[in-house]
Amino acid sequence: MSDVHDTDITEEDGFEELPLQPLPLDGWHRAQGARMVGFAGYDMPIQYEGIMAEHLWTRENAGLFDVSHMGQLSLTGEGLDAALEAVIPASVASLAVGRQRYSMLLDEEGGILDDLMLARRPDDLYMVVNGAMKYDDIAWLLDHLPEDITMNLMDEQALLALQGPKAVGALARLVPGVDALYFMDCGAFVWNDTPLWISRSGYTGEDGFEISIPADAAPAFADALLAQSEVKPIGLGARDSLRLEAGLPLYGHDLTPEISVIGADLGFAIFKKRREAGGFIGHARVAKEAAEGAPVRRVGLAVEGRLPAREGAGIFAGDTKVGIVTSGGFAPTVGTPIAMGWVDAAYTDDGTALEIEVRGKRLKASVAPMPFVPHNYHRKTS
Amino acid sequence: MSRYFTEDHEWVDVEGEIATVGITDYAQSQLGDIVFVELPDEGVEFEKGADAAVVESVKAASDVYSPVAGEVIETNSALEEEPALVNSDAEVEGWFFKLRLTDTSELEGLMNESAYAKFVKSL
Repeated sequence: MSDVHDTDITEEDGFEELPLQPLPLDGWHRAQGARMVGFAGYDMPIQYEGIMAEHLWTRENAGLFDVSHMGQLSLTGEGLDAALEAVIPASVASLAVGRQRYSMLLDEEGGILDDLMLARRPDDLYMVVNGAMKYDDIAWLLDHLPEDITMNLMDEQALLALQGPKAVGALARLVPGVDALYFMDCGAFVWNDTPLWISRSGYTGEDGFEISIPADAAPAFADALLAQSEVKPIGLGARDSLRLEAGLPLYGHDLTPEISVIGADLGFAIFKKRREAGGFIGHARVAKEAAEGAPVRRVGLAVEGRLPAREGAGIFAGDTKVGIVTSGGFAPTVGTPIAMGWVDAAYTDDGTALEIEVRGKRLKASVAPMPFVPHNYHRKTS
Repeated sequence: MSRYFTEDHEWVDVEGEIATVGITDYAQSQLGDIVFVELPDEGVEFEKGADAAVVESVKAASDVYSPVAGEVIETNSALEEEPALVNSDAEVEGWFFKLRLTDTSELEGLMNESAYAKFVKSL
């Protein structure tokens, strides 16, 4: 067999040459029986009892994820809202305290440099960016923001996610009041004299929370969560299969500088006013494609049979190559292989029959609406 | 019957000139949940070390090599319906394929059970 320690994740992210850094919960993961792998420059848990069991547990109960590798940034300064709006496509000025929005960093050509969450706290804007991109993002933001904007990488903070239909019950027992948050709300809370910043959001398609906590308090808080009967620790492997089923793109795979906002089907993240008025980096491409459509689009793919189609596999209509799989694998909740890919716009109607080439074989596939598993967010209207 | 092991975590049971090949329990535990096994066609002849099968786990695809040279005479059709047999019973019911050996002397280069156990411990 080929090296069984390899995973798609480590190969693709190309950090093997650097020494891996431990996360604040490193010892905690090992004590829970995690198998650790290199990801985004850190030693991270890929799985505990098994990806399939962890995936299904999260859909039914509550899964605890350590996402401390992600970049937590605090931005402050005079004129911050306008300065940030001149750089990223988010509507910043209209973002109320206690709310967060999904946005992106775009290059001059409208390619995606990273995706991110932006929240307004009472005293700053709080931004969460991808772990593998955080140093590039900081450099890019420093280059483009005026000097009176201060940006701090909060590397003394750990970031945990508690996801699943029973997350709210488990977390509210420890942190009363979190149940009052709706999807994409956020706020300051306290647990055992430890300050927490909690948002009702996540990367699984389920209801859940993301919790920023001082790193030195994170192991005790993780223990307290794990003591709740609904909660099990969940690794990166299930995080990937859960987000794939939820139709959520992964930066570096489904999103790169090669694809645009409209092409990536993320137009919802740019409000109409900003899409039309512009004034942010990469606007020309967004405006053009919002009007004319993007030549290549990110779509979901239902794959027939049991053989998974993975990142890099070619997508064909007859003899014509019309796209490429950007992430794919077996979907534990769906029970079949699924994928996401970039496909020429002419072949992106739901139900379009395509083929995916895996090791010289053609698998039947069709364009499928996303999410593959319905979102279960706690929205105000639900 | 003799059982041999490779450093690539395959096991080989030999009876006369017929070898049954699978992956070890250690290998399946490292791969995690197996969702698909791509088996060779019967009648195909393998060189020693040739790509013989592919195991797809939830997280990745891994190649399985032919530990010795030979002709594929049978594959385990049960794996098509239930690939998870490799997780639950890697070293018996989860076998992959049977070979008619080209050269039984190739077996001499493989490990026995205690040597393989030591090898796994060293990883």
